[in-house]
Amino acid sequence: MAKTIMTADDSASVRQMVTFTLKQGGYDVVEAVDGKDALQKLSQCKVDMLITDLNMPNLDGIGLIKGARALPACKFIPIIMLTTESQDSKKAEGKAAGATGWIVKPFKPEQLMAVVKKVLG
Amino acid sequence: MTDVHRQAFREEAYELLAELENSLLELEERPDDLDLISRVFRAMHTIKGSGSMFGFDEIARFTHEVETVFDMVRNGKLAVTKTLVNLTLAARDQIKAMLDADGGDFDAGQSSQIIAGLRELAPHDDAAAPAPVAEASAPVEASETVTYRIRFTPVREIFGFGVNPLNLLGELRELGPCNVIAHTTGFPTLEEMDPEQCYVYWDVILTTDQGINAIKDVFIFVEDDCTLTIDEIAVHDDLDHEEHHKKVGEILIERGDITMDEMNGLLSKQKRFGELAVESGIVPPTKVASALVEQQHVKEVRQEKQTQEAATSIRVPADRLDLLVNLVGELVTVQARLSSTAAERSDAELSAIAEEVERLTSELRDSALNIRMLPIGSTFSKFKRLVRDLSAELGKEIEMTTDGADTELDKTVIEKLNDPLVHLIRNSLDHGIELPEVRVAAGKPRHGTVHLSAVHSGDSVLLTINDDGAGLDAEAIRAKAIEKGIISPTAELSEKELFNLIFAPGFSTAKKLSSVSGRGVGMDVVKKAIEALRGAIDITSVKGKGAKITVRIPLTLAIIESLLVKIGTDYFMLPLSLVDECVELTRDDVSRSHGRNLANVREHLVPYIPLRQRFQITGEPPEIEQIVITEVDGMRVGFVVDHVIGEHQTVIKSLGRAYKNIEGISGATILGDGNVALILDIPQLVQSVESEAL
Repeated sequence: MAKTIMTADDSASVRQMVTFTLKQGGYDVVEAVDGKDALQKLSQCKVDMLITDLNMPNLDGIGLIKGARALPACKFIPIIMLTTESQDSKKAEGKAAGATGWIVKPFKPEQLMAVVKKVLG
Repeated sequence: MTDVHRQAFREEAYELLAELENSLLELEERPDDLDLISRVFRAMHTIKGSGSMFGFDEIARFTHEVETVFDMVRNGKLAVTKTLVNLTLAARDQIKAMLDADGGDFDAGQSSQIIAGLRELAPHDDAAAPAPVAEASAPVEASETVTYRIRFTPVREIFGFGVNPLNLLGELRELGPCNVIAHTTGFPTLEEMDPEQCYVYWDVILTTDQGINAIKDVFIFVEDDCTLTIDEIAVHDDLDHEEHHKKVGEILIERGDITMDEMNGLLSKQKRFGELAVESGIVPPTKVASALVEQQHVKEVRQEKQTQEAATSIRVPADRLDLLVNLVGELVTVQARLSSTAAERSDAELSAIAEEVERLTSELRDSALNIRMLPIGSTFSKFKRLVRDLSAELGKEIEMTTDGADTELDKTVIEKLNDPLVHLIRNSLDHGIELPEVRVAAGKPRHGTVHLSAVHSGDSVLLTINDDGAGLDAEAIRAKAIEKGIISPTAELSEKELFNLIFAPGFSTAKKLSSVSGRGVGMDVVKKAIEALRGAIDITSVKGKGAKITVRIPLTLAIIESLLVKIGTDYFMLPLSLVDECVELTRDDVSRSHGRNLANVREHLVPYIPLRQRFQITGEPPEIEQIVITEVDGMRVGFVVDHVIGEHQTVIKSLGRAYKNIEGISGATILGDGNVALILDIPQLVQSVESEAL
């Protein structure tokens, strides 16, 4: 069965690109428009991996990572954060919150797939 | 990046800009509203981040400046002033102008003016401009082969970061020959153990030519969550410089697991050093084992280097391999007997032996079958020649492309596949691809393409023949089938069913016989040949666009996985690759369907064949029977049996010449207890029942 990956991003174009890339790679994708939406969807459906932006309205990426790790189903799933180069401190904050790894924006579809393969095995 | 994504970004950016304008105007009235400030920041951030993703580099660079200023505002380092709002509004208009221009000309001077204004307000160094997309890592230099020792000690809480250490070890394995030793000495007692923590650490001895950075890359995400040491222990490129193999003691000293004095003290006793080290209790057994593995690894890599030139393959007559596979088949049968006997005796010692034998047998089976595997590529090159010659003969311009030539299949399967594939390709060339003039008129390139590909899928190989020709004409097939009396004029058939009619005996849509296809050998023969290999064939097509024929072939013919079932006292096997699921059938179900042999499975009707009746087995069926549901040619058909026993490794034995023409049975096998089970030929059974029903 195909693994399900959630992409949480308030930017529709990034969401679209991530979804498109992952679907081509044979994964199922759940989209969430911000941290709050993501957390709500995470508690409803089983997700094998989470890719989240850090800057989002309602609930930001750090809050989402912390919230997700508190859910039993998401305690051990890989969580990848999308950061920009100016957010090195955020990277550390994300790691402390329980993120598995990161991708630096801008990235190419191949880079995204490489990271997904790396953490999902 | 595709235009779709660029377009999506533009739409999104316009929306964000509209929102930004509103936020800025509100901000002018309420300059202290933190929520508004972060909304402005976020809009800028998204435009910058997404813009750079989709190649709007100018916009990203420009927006970065504005974002930086608002980051300062957000952190309370800068107050919202009228000048700032004015500048930001101007910046917003500038971004819009840049979006409108879409890569074309815009007023670059305006950009610099705004940036200069912003910098005046909030001086900052501009070192952090968005870096261009980092190019995918430079091609790996073919550097020297080096053996590394990697000790990877993750923090206990590693699982909480969503990290699976096994994935990391798997990635290391991809870099080259690799030995992994897990150290379990850190395990606490069961009461103290927290299953959510990682108590293991690993030594990995890896030989790779990818360089140390490739290894570091594997651990990039866990750098801060583990202790990682990577040491170079041997370089292998220079064989003339052969050093002596390192002794275990030397390796332990190098790693700092033991001191020189300790070693010398032990050495004086003149026993094997590894044993001594363990006995003394200075080094735990796993560390010594790990050092031994390293020694062995380096030895092996060196030996391999030396023998590589000598011999990479030997030639063995094919019949010797066949004999080997037959013997393995016998062994599998005997092993099944051993396992079932051991299970009956409930003797722990015997069970342990049986399990060991089972493991070895399955390993032996796999490697024996592997020996007969050949890449299908040799056949592919034959087809290329065929296509070249035939297209000249037909006056067509056709190119053949192939994919997956290194896919491996059993030798006998490859041989038997040759004729059906030749026929299918001929068919594509003759009926599928049109003449160059016709193609040009239809707006297609003059050159037709036939694409042949092979790919692994579970325990089978999928071969597809894809052409970009005229495709199948469902209506023409229908008319022909009615004319030939294959279907009745009133029959309602789906497109898929219509396409499948071309495999029916005596069907040919070619307008006249040509020397290429239609030599009296119909597609039905192709289908039979494929089914004889326990494969399946499927066709899809879009009229005018082309056709795609998919052939699914099991990897090997000698041994299959099957489902063992029982009817009365007789055993039967159904190939597991065809089985979908098993459901129960009660007497009530039977009476409710009024003898129509239809079962309701999750609101879908599935026709079934009661095998007890079909094989005329006497006796009463049990109260609850089982339906084994299979999928044949895209249709689900059930087979009713008394009991489902379970999966079984089946060594196929032919029934001998006398029984060659029996319908519905493709072979037999010997079970663990010596009983014979017949292997059902499911497609044939379904066909014969269908033809009786007509």
